[in-house]
Amino acid sequence: MAKELKLMKGNQAIAEAAIRCGCDGYFGYPITPQSEVLEHLMAERPYLKTGMVVLQAESELASINMVYAGASTGKRVMTSSSSPGFSLMQEGLSYIAGAELPALCVNVVRGGPGLGTIQPSQSDYFQTTKGGGHGDYRLITLAPSSVQEMYDFVELGFDLAFKYRNPVAILSDGVIGQVMEKVMIDDYKPRWTNEYIEEHCPWAATGHRAGKKSTIVTSLELDSLKQEGVNKRIQEKYRKCEEEDARYEAIQCDDAEFIFVAYGSAARICMKAVELARAEGIKVGLVRPITLWPFPKKAVAEIGGRMKKILCVEMSAGQMIEDVKLAVECKVPVTHYGRFGGVIPTPVEIFDALKNMIK
Amino acid sequence: MTREDIIKPENLVYRRTPVLTDNVMHYCPGCGHGVVHRIIAEVIEEMGIQDNVVGISPVGCSVLAYNYFDVDFVEAAHGRAPACASAIKRLRPDTYVFSYQGDGDLASIGCAEVMHACNRGENITMIFINNGIYGMTGGQMAPTTLEGMETVTCPYGRDPELMGHTMRLTEVLAQLPGTYYVTRQAVYTPVLARKCKKAIRQAFENQKLHKGVSFVEITSNCNSGWKMTPVQANKWMEENTLKYFPLGDMKVDGKFAPNFMERVSTFDQPNETRFSLRSK
Repeated sequence: MAKELKLMKGNQAIAEAAIRCGCDGYFGYPITPQSEVLEHLMAERPYLKTGMVVLQAESELASINMVYAGASTGKRVMTSSSSPGFSLMQEGLSYIAGAELPALCVNVVRGGPGLGTIQPSQSDYFQTTKGGGHGDYRLITLAPSSVQEMYDFVELGFDLAFKYRNPVAILSDGVIGQVMEKVMIDDYKPRWTNEYIEEHCPWAATGHRAGKKSTIVTSLELDSLKQEGVNKRIQEKYRKCEEEDARYEAIQCDDAEFIFVAYGSAARICMKAVELARAEGIKVGLVRPITLWPFPKKAVAEIGGRMKKILCVEMSAGQMIEDVKLAVECKVPVTHYGRFGGVIPTPVEIFDALKNMIK
Repeated sequence: MTREDIIKPENLVYRRTPVLTDNVMHYCPGCGHGVVHRIIAEVIEEMGIQDNVVGISPVGCSVLAYNYFDVDFVEAAHGRAPACASAIKRLRPDTYVFSYQGDGDLASIGCAEVMHACNRGENITMIFINNGIYGMTGGQMAPTTLEGMETVTCPYGRDPELMGHTMRLTEVLAQLPGTYYVTRQAVYTPVLARKCKKAIRQAFENQKLHKGVSFVEITSNCNSGWKMTPVQANKWMEENTLKYFPLGDMKVDGKFAPNFMERVSTFDQPNETRFSLRSK
């Protein structure tokens, strides 16, 4: 397949990947710092190239419910937003999980709470990995740390969404959304045909019955015992997902005495802090969770268990640190270093935090 | 006529449409939902589109509408049916798509979605059942509750100074350029039910034209919520509701119906009619 190297913003990479991986529809609403997703799609006019539908909805509520309905018909559909808008989508994500539908939702996080700031942050970790909406459900969460991963995780996100019939989130932030980097992009892949969907998505309400029973997509079940059965089935999927699809990257951990645990743009900054520390002879590595849910518990437990101390670096007041502590069962001391409210830490201050932790 | 004669196909005078399922409807006796369901199902059968239609059910009394139609159905979140219908029609333009909503769902929590779907001119059919009350949750005030009318959340009658005015949303939607056909119907007499069927048929046929939204409001009763017998409720509706929500076409083939703008131009006049359920 023909590949092409392009310089683009993280948000543009999301949009370009959607067009090229055969996404059927994008429904979005402007919000800083992710508006380039919708802008790029509108400029590229994918409806002329692949037949992909792009619509600026009246609100995030409408966007996520358009995604819900599109997914109900077996189409590969997505939306994107930033923190306050993503909060508005939580009810819809719960419906998507409850009706067991595949969908992709990108959150380019900005600092909160409230209207907060438009600067980058990682303060939506709890919201994304611990629920957000109502009911017992999980959001499969991918955390890109480069523009290339913004591009790659769109198709991966759709694959996981259809594998588990569950919503998938790409939890990015204002750094990865706005920064420009080189990206290797693929050729256009064809969208799924309606015949393919009929064959592979028997759960979809396509409107085309051709003799088969009519299909109902709903998350409503008035009989509590049946609803418990639905929940049990969903939980089984989650156990399978934890088993098969927890992803991470380990950098210079083999000889390390200490590790950083960080994701997304914080992990990028930690890579530089690893260089600074190793130049001064401190043996430090980095574990970068790529899926935040399922959290790579086994890897963090195994690698973290060998360390003297762990430093969890986040652009938040301390959210992922809870999962790190649970993974190592508090057998290894875990310290947090965070900047938040839209402030991005420098490699030097992370290195200083490491030195403080060690002494 | 013997039994053998009666069951001959040529002597058939009535049968239930196969587009309705065998499930027993949960609607209260006397409610308009059952009639409207049957009309929609008959239209789908007569147009031969049963294998090519997706319905969107709301939250409210008709949340379980999908149990009664033998067609593909998607159950929307409260108020979001027009957003759902918009997406499905755009992703599957060759499918007939209709949304089915009550007045709490459409005119209150879903006001933004219905306005914008109508404004975008989505090529869909919208069915709006307006009975002036929240039925499923136990008879609370809706935007369409008449002034002076008593509900469990306005037990002393709707006071417009405290609770806002009775909303004629359909008249607003008719003025949006994205609507192609807008009408208000009722189903409480056989004649009206037949007229309503014609309107719903038109609203489905219009999807072939790609000209925008076809919107059918059906002014209905809620005898449980209104705390009346079905016969009393229909009489009350005729005497009160239909004064504020008169039946008839508002927009046909993208053009305002005669007298529509004239009627709208009286909306700045004070509403002299106050209603009371308790006194009836």
